[in-house]
This record gives sequence, C-alpha cells and structure tokens, in this order.
Amino acid sequence: MAHATTHAPETRQGPKIPVLEREKLILNGRSYHWITDRICSVVENKQPAIWWLLFIPSALIALIGVVGGLSILVSTGVGVWGMTNTVFWGWDITNFVFWIGIGHAGTLISAILFLTRQNWRTSINRAAEAMTIFAVCCAGIFPAFHVGRVWFAWFLAPVPNANAVWQNFKSPLLWDVFAVSTYFTISLIFWYLGMVPDLATIRDRCKPGLRKLLYGIFSLGWRGGNRQWSHYEMAYLLLAALSTPLVLSVHSVVSFDFATSVVPGWHTTIFPPYFVAGAIFGGFAMVLTIMIPARYIYGLQDMITMKHIDNMAKIILMTGTIVGYAYLMELFVAFYSGAMYEAAAFKYRLTGPFWWAYVAMMSCNVLSPQIFWFKWCRENLWVVMGVCMCVNVGMWFERFVIICTTLARMFLPADWGYYTASPVEIMLFLGTIGMFLALFLLFLRFLPCINIAEVKWTLLESDPHFDDHHDHPDHGVKREAAYQHELKSAHKA
Amino acid sequence: MSTTRKRVYGYLAEFKSASALYKAAEKVRDAGFRKWDCYSPYPIHGLDKAMGMKRSILPWFVFFGGITGTCTAFTLAYSTQVVIYPTVVQAKPANIFTVPAFFPIMFELTILFSGFTVLFGLLALMKLPRLNHPLFASRQFHRATDDGFFIAVEARDAKFSPEGTRSFLENIGGASIELVEEEES
Repeated sequence: MAHATTHAPETRQGPKIPVLEREKLILNGRSYHWITDRICSVVENKQPAIWWLLFIPSALIALIGVVGGLSILVSTGVGVWGMTNTVFWGWDITNFVFWIGIGHAGTLISAILFLTRQNWRTSINRAAEAMTIFAVCCAGIFPAFHVGRVWFAWFLAPVPNANAVWQNFKSPLLWDVFAVSTYFTISLIFWYLGMVPDLATIRDRCKPGLRKLLYGIFSLGWRGGNRQWSHYEMAYLLLAALSTPLVLSVHSVVSFDFATSVVPGWHTTIFPPYFVAGAIFGGFAMVLTIMIPARYIYGLQDMITMKHIDNMAKIILMTGTIVGYAYLMELFVAFYSGAMYEAAAFKYRLTGPFWWAYVAMMSCNVLSPQIFWFKWCRENLWVVMGVCMCVNVGMWFERFVIICTTLARMFLPADWGYYTASPVEIMLFLGTIGMFLALFLLFLRFLPCINIAEVKWTLLESDPHFDDHHDHPDHGVKREAAYQHELKSAHKA
Repeated sequence: MSTTRKRVYGYLAEFKSASALYKAAEKVRDAGFRKWDCYSPYPIHGLDKAMGMKRSILPWFVFFGGITGTCTAFTLAYSTQVVIYPTVVQAKPANIFTVPAFFPIMFELTILFSGFTVLFGLLALMKLPRLNHPLFASRQFHRATDDGFFIAVEARDAKFSPEGTRSFLENIGGASIELVEEEES
C-alpha cells in the first residue's frame, strides 16, 4: 500500500457537479447518542401495556394451537389433518409455503439491498431478518409433522439408517430439506453476526449484573476496533453475497416440489421465478404489517420514516405486478400450449368449486396493490396497512389455490373431491400465527430491533471526510452523501 | 495478596468525530506504531487505508470452505445413489447422467459450508469470543459502542513510551487521554 495520499488536498478542484439533495434517512438531525438511546430504550424500559395485550393472547394461541394441535396430531395420526384420500397436501403444505415465503423479504432486505447499496435498508433489516427466522421456524413445523411419524423425521438426514436405504438425492423433497435447513442456518448466522455490535452497545449501557453478563456473553467481547470492523465488514459482505443466490434458490426449490411432478397446473417452468416474486411480495407486506405498529408504539418514526414505507410500498407494487403477470401468463400458457389437461386444470381453478379462492387471490394480490400507484395511498398508513393485510391473505390463498384446488381435480374424475380443513389443521395454522407474533414481540423486548451501528453509518457526519466538506466553500449550497463523494474521488484517481 | 499489581495496557485517547479519528489514524500510522487500533461505534469506510491495514483475508477461507461443501455434497450424493446403492426412482437413472439432479444439494451445501466458514473464520480473525479485555476497565471506553471515537496505543508496541506516546496523542488532537491498566493476578 502506498501512503502517498496521507495529506489529501484540502480543497478539491475541478468542475462542481450539482447534486440533488437526497431525502434523509434519519429525520430531525438526530445524534449518534440519540439513536443509541432510542433503540436501546425499547429493550431497557418497561414494555408498554399494548405489548402485554398483544403478547399474552399470541402466546396463548401459540400454546393451544401449536402445542395442543401437535399433541393431538402425534397421539392420533395425520388423519386428524382432514386430508381426504385425494388431497394429501392440504393446509399444512399451504402453510409451509406461505411461511417460508414470508421469510424471503427479510433476506432480500438484508442481502440484496445491501449488495445494491440501498442504505435505507439499515432501519428495517434487523426486524425483517428476525421475521425471516421466526417465519422459517413456523414453516418447518408443517413438513416435519406431515411425514406422519415425526419421530422418524431424522430419516430425512443423510445418515445411514436401519433400512440401509439412502435418501433419494434426486427428489425435490430432499432438495427442500437441504434448502430450507441451509436457509435457516445462514439466516440465523447473518442475523446474529449483524447483531453482535448492537448487543455490545446494550452490554455497555447495562449496570453490572445478570443482564450485563448475558449481553456480554452474546456480544462475544466485541470492542468495535477497526481491526475487528475490517474483518466484520468483509464477513457481512460475504454473507450477503452467499444469501442472495440462496434466497432465490430456496423458493425455487420449494416450487420444484410442484414443478417437477407431472400434475397439470403444477408442471410449469414459470414456477421458480413466480414463487420467488410472490415470496418477496408477501414478505414485504408482512414486514410492513409488523413494522408500522412497532414504529408507532416505540416512537421510531425518525428512523423508520415515511420514505422507508414509501419504498416498501413501491416494492410491493412492483412484485405484485410481477405476480399478476405470472398469473395471467399461466392462464395464457394453459390456453396456448394446447395441453388438454393443463387447460382443464385452469378451467377448474376459475370456474370449479374453488372459484372463490381464485377470486380472493386475484383481487388481493393483483388488484389491491395497484392503488400504490397513487402517492397519497403510499402516504396514508391506514391504506398501506389495509393493502398489506389484503396481500397477507391473498398470498395464503395463492398457495391454497395452487396446492389444494389442483389436487382436488387431478387426472381421474373418480378421485375428484372437495377439500375442507379439519379443526386440528385450523388450530395449527392459527397457532403458528400466534407463535410468529409472540416470537416477534419477544424479539422486540430483548434484542435491538434496529441496526444501531448501521443506522449511525447513514448519517452524513459518519463520513470520515465530512469535516473537509463542512469547511469547503460550497458548504450550505450542496450537501453530498458519502457515497457520491467517494464516487467523485474515484473518478479522479 | 497484599498488593494488586497492575500492568499498563496502553493509552486511550478520544477524538471528537469520525473525521478527526481518520486524520489522527493517518498520523499514528505514519509515526510507525504497530499495536494500536481505532474504536468507533460503526465501521468507518476508508479507515483501513488510513491505518495502513491490509484487506481481510477472510474470503480465502470461505473459498475453500465453499469448495469443501460442493465436494461433500457431490461425494455424498454420487457415492450413495450411484456407487453403493443404485436406486432407480421415477425412472431417473443411477449413473453419471443423474448428476444434474444433485446440483441443488451441491449448491446448498456450498452455501452452508461457506456460511459456517464465514462465522468461524471471522471469530478466529477477530480473536473472539473472549470474556474480558483490558479496555473494558476504562472509564470512558463504553462510549465506543455509542458515540465515542477512540484510539488505543498498546504498551507492548516497540515505539511506546509513557511520556512520549501521551504527548504524541495530545499533539494529534486526542482528548481525555487515559492510561488503561489491567489487573494482574
């Protein structure tokens, strides 16, 4: 390394490029200390009454739904899941795909928006990653118990078992086992490593005691020295680069469960991109569904600004439109391919006994986000919440339409049936919603819900050349963001 | 037991902003110190260069970790599906032409092994986890994770001297300079 640039020229010559001022990511000129204080106070102060009002019912629903529902299932058998003799993949696989899809927005925000240098991600990535982890926990329950005798679920792992038969590595179901477990592990590592400096912040604010000890253990002795940050930043970049193809692969592999079979309505090449777009769409809606109330309850409006909500609403609009395109393209292909069974499958989706599910899917997923073309709709939080709830419902119906309605109308008319969920199945689904909310509330209670270190980094004064700029003659005329400044010096070099 | 001996860890100096820290880091580097570090609440981009540090070598570990994952998955799938226990399921062959069906798992294990290498490689390079550190004894260091910018020069640096380093840190703009000591048992 040459150290010739030690004394960088204090004034920069050359043409002045007019730069549009960016919308600020942190409002009201908040200081570093204010940011630390506000985020840590969520963890350090007593929780507001609303926290308990939400947590107690969620935890109860989780307890009854998940623990109770699974106890009935394990003690009786998978028959209690109301799977009729043609529809063996009912609500359980629907819920599995639904929850795993929810998780995708978290990884998109933390990895893809990191690689594309979208600094606004810093305010929401922590909560979105937590959402990913909890959604994958909920998702994992369904296939694990769907195998029937759950105590044999270890047969899925590639270890020699008593039958001396190895797992079928050619099966998309085994691919799924690997994809989902890898996704969970990598998301957990990403989430945890991202949290280490912030746990250290909480540790340093604690009085000596049990809390300090626990936060101290989980923050691993982090000191924030640049010799640590340097490796840490590289690790973060690597994890982002690894997670990006991973997140695209997970829902693609989930879609292979369907697409590699020869069932009409499933056997299409459009499935992987269509599933991934749908997952991001549904995930962003869920991020907004939980972040808008959290932001209000904990007074985080200066960090999760209307700009963030606007950006996410635009992503929902875009991915919703992609999903709508995929729906229409499915119909078109069913018509244009001339494949009789494919055409029949879609005819039954539209006009068969499950037409109401198809209508719910179309109106919630394709029509409702279209109002985000209007700025006032993206600025009105009630409208945003309304659309997000529609999308949450619509994305569940999308999976229901794909899975249940297809299986209820397969090749043999003699097998045709109507699928209704059993009470135990409904219990378990509601239970996972409770579990998801309860876990998220515990996350808000014990862990820093916004990435403290990275949010500080988005402030203009975090740029090591900010003072040079500050003293520059143009000060007050043009304020440039850190990266624009770097861009200019890179051009010069 | 009568007296606790203390060992000097080094000097800790505070700087008022990221810019001040950056400029001071360049001066500490040019003065030829080796055992020192800059502490900040967030990563300051460009500070590596100002400190004269090399790029992290973590990607190399991860590259080999990833390759290990790919090979593990291939060996696992190929040896069990083709060599040891060839099974024809869904008319998919059990020979070399079945390899494309192994790609998803090869991909997943590549990512999984790489991810673990990132985690453990990072911990090894950062020399973490550790339960304590002399700097935690400082009365102001807790602000490094909040809004403080610090430089610590360690006593084990060859250029360290009790008076000289203190005045050096003062000259480059350091404030509230503190001698950090660790208790020796």
